[in-house]
Amino acid sequence: MSEPLLEVEGLRKHFVTTKGLLRRRRVTVRAVEDVSFAIGAGEAFGLVGESGCGKSTAARALLRLIEPDAGGVRWRGEDVLAARGARLKALRRRMQIIFQDPYSALDPRQRIGAALTEPMRVHAIASGAEARRRAAALLDEVGLPPAVLDRYPHEFSGGQRQRIGIARALTLEPELIVADEPVSALDVSVQAQVLLLLRELRRRRGLAFLFVSHDLSVVRWFCDRVAVMYLGRIVEEGPAARVLAQPLHPYAQMLRDASPVPDPARRGTLPRIRGEIPSAAAPPPGCPFHPRCPQAIARCTGSLPRWTALPAGQGGVACHLHG
Amino acid sequence: MLFFLARRLLAAVPTLLAVLTLVFVIVRIVPGDPALVILGDQATPDAAAALRAKLGTDRPLWDQYAGFMGRALTGDIGTSMVTGRPIAAEIAAVLPHTLDLTLAAMVFGILLGLPAGIWAALHRNRAIDVAARLLSLLGLSFPVFVSGIFLLLAFALHWRIFPVIGSADLADPLDRLHKLLLPAMTLGLVMAAYITRVTRSAMLQSLGEDFIRTARAKGVPHRRIVWVHGLRNASLPIVTVVGLYVGILLGNSVLTEIVFNRPGLGKLIVGALNQRDYTMLQGLMVIYCVLIVAVNTATDLLYGVLDPRVRAA
Amino acid sequence: MRADGAASLTWIGGLLCLAVLLAALLAPWIAPFDPAEQSILDRLQPPGGDHWLGTDQFGRDILSRLLWGARISLTVSLGAIGLAMVVGGTIGLVSGYIGGRLDLFTMQVMDVLLSFPSLILGLIVVALLGPDLVNLVIAIALTAIAPFARIARAPTLSLKERAFVEAGRALGYSHARILFGHILPNILPEVLVMATLWLATAVRVEASLAFVGLGPKPPTPTWGGMTRDGFETILDAPWLAVFPGLAILLLVLGLNMVGDGLRDATDPKLRHE
Repeated sequence: MSEPLLEVEGLRKHFVTTKGLLRRRRVTVRAVEDVSFAIGAGEAFGLVGESGCGKSTAARALLRLIEPDAGGVRWRGEDVLAARGARLKALRRRMQIIFQDPYSALDPRQRIGAALTEPMRVHAIASGAEARRRAAALLDEVGLPPAVLDRYPHEFSGGQRQRIGIARALTLEPELIVADEPVSALDVSVQAQVLLLLRELRRRRGLAFLFVSHDLSVVRWFCDRVAVMYLGRIVEEGPAARVLAQPLHPYAQMLRDASPVPDPARRGTLPRIRGEIPSAAAPPPGCPFHPRCPQAIARCTGSLPRWTALPAGQGGVACHLHG
Repeated sequence: MLFFLARRLLAAVPTLLAVLTLVFVIVRIVPGDPALVILGDQATPDAAAALRAKLGTDRPLWDQYAGFMGRALTGDIGTSMVTGRPIAAEIAAVLPHTLDLTLAAMVFGILLGLPAGIWAALHRNRAIDVAARLLSLLGLSFPVFVSGIFLLLAFALHWRIFPVIGSADLADPLDRLHKLLLPAMTLGLVMAAYITRVTRSAMLQSLGEDFIRTARAKGVPHRRIVWVHGLRNASLPIVTVVGLYVGILLGNSVLTEIVFNRPGLGKLIVGALNQRDYTMLQGLMVIYCVLIVAVNTATDLLYGVLDPRVRAA
Repeated sequence: MRADGAASLTWIGGLLCLAVLLAALLAPWIAPFDPAEQSILDRLQPPGGDHWLGTDQFGRDILSRLLWGARISLTVSLGAIGLAMVVGGTIGLVSGYIGGRLDLFTMQVMDVLLSFPSLILGLIVVALLGPDLVNLVIAIALTAIAPFARIARAPTLSLKERAFVEAGRALGYSHARILFGHILPNILPEVLVMATLWLATAVRVEASLAFVGLGPKPPTPTWGGMTRDGFETILDAPWLAVFPGLAILLLVLGLNMVGDGLRDATDPKLRHE
């Protein structure tokens, strides 16, 4: 990886809510505590973890859909977080997003044609008949006929809507697509088709992906590299094959063991996930994973484990057992 | 419970301040010089200046605001520009008539609307329901002065059951009630229509809940399900509407009082309008505000009685 | 008569509204007499004869005055509700979209405004402004701004959390484009249904104000004003108050029937019942 496309450094996002009427308490939810990673051009980078670990928040913060509290995001060296107005608009062209819920991702009152040509008009890429021609071409690319242009979202199934959402993300010809659980809301039968489409697009257009998912098998199939998140932090990172097959961090091991295994002989003998994920409003001291960790040692309750790089491009891990 | 009570009463204070501020804003926001509006054709520069000094509109706005709020909160709402008498005294003299009317209308509305709504809910989508729906729509479409005139024509002029004029001797309860009935019916009709509609939909919702089905399955008698379980759960939206509707009742009482020539706040407000009694109008608005905030607070308290979850929140 | 009974109510209401609209539009051509023409000889004629609905104390034709009066009722009510819809709707939309303290403050102001009975608010504002047509429109609009702000805000709050709004931001749309190009079309049906129902209230408030004496100046025929004039001679000529009263009632009823039917048709909660 010579020059990374996207670099994320120490990203942090806390949500503050007030509870109670008379005695107001401020509750801080530490959704993203400290997240750093980099994605190269054309690379598929996976972000995995249980729901509530902050992976979607991190993805939205680097896209400036929510404003991060701290950290840095660079696009080809350019500061994304400082961009305003026209600069930000130009950066938005480079990075697009596909949503988990295809039902809420499309404006119910807007025809598909308008939904696909509006971004082109806003960015002065194309208008009129030319924009419509491009929209039809994009639909063809995601496997839908041009007749779709004059229909409304409610006329389509979840899988078809997800294809439309993908076509819309492509209207601005981005280099990176953030896919936030892109298939987890779909029927199992259509998941594979949409995944194949995404991989095909990646190959044909040389797209880079930030692939956010809780489904390890999907990530393993789609991604080159993977980071595992727990309570707002990345606990392990590395090549997808290594991290998902021989994880070092006890949490990553737990995730691997809990995911469906194709070998029936091994089923049922594995330790299941222990305990509940602690609230991000009150993270435990020390290593955030220690209350659930089967291998916890004394140090784990006292101090936060440092990031330890592994040799030969095998990534890194944040665990006292491997420090 | 005591804590809940104190909290709700305390919460009414900022609302009252806000509503009083609104009164001040509405009265001052009028483009142009109130002195000129009041004087109309007789405006000479001297008279206007004198009136401005009397009204206090020559002073800076914040000063006027502070003075207005200070006096309103201590119960001093000024003297009438026309009669020179204290506004509070004028209002106190007629307030019982308006309260009589409003309360009686509320009782009438509940007595008519609640059973009608329950009845319609139990006969959902059948002729009775559609008829109740049409009748309640008709009821809430009546401008009060129109229903008043119709009732007056029918009951007082045609059948001569009730007196034409509603001004009653406060000391004689029978006379008071007799003269109250027709105006109260007029005013209560619209309320009955609202209550019918809300009761119907609240009952339908409540009767569809799981616990009702459980009760049915357990063999609780139908009558008990409807009146005890269904109605108890439908009571919150009904109370909300009754509470909200008191404000509308107060507004409509103005029209009722004109039609039946009853003394009350409405007659006072119309008199003040015709005589351009600017201070009286402002005083009346303050009284209306206090009444409405009081009713809203009472509604909130009633919530607490009806629903333990509200108390805890 | 089953559920379609309710649907036919909507149609009857629509016909009532259409009749009043036609009366207002065609008044100059279909009114049998000049609404302002006085005739001492024809004073207080009962219904029937040349004057179908009789004449008032100045000998003016009631039917003609009713037809012309429809114009005032509709102009003032439509103007007021149009104004309230634009102002209130924008307040609710922007307030809900921005959220936070501004939203809390705005909605508290709206709640205070809402707690005031619309008739009394209208009464006082018209009294302070003076009762000409424009001021009537402003006063009645003021009483309806708060409900429109509320009805626009509630769905905005949930719509702005939908992914298509986030998609718009990711695609580089301006807030104005998202707000007026994507959120507004989605809340418009609800706002329009609300407008029909509030139109009924506006007609009632306009008539009530005229009945209290706060209508356009005397030669102009208004339904509320005619009822007021007729009320003075109710013992001798009750029809003078009855006919304009009926006209108001039928228009308000028609609007309520349409609004009610539309609300049922657009409310997804009711549809799945």
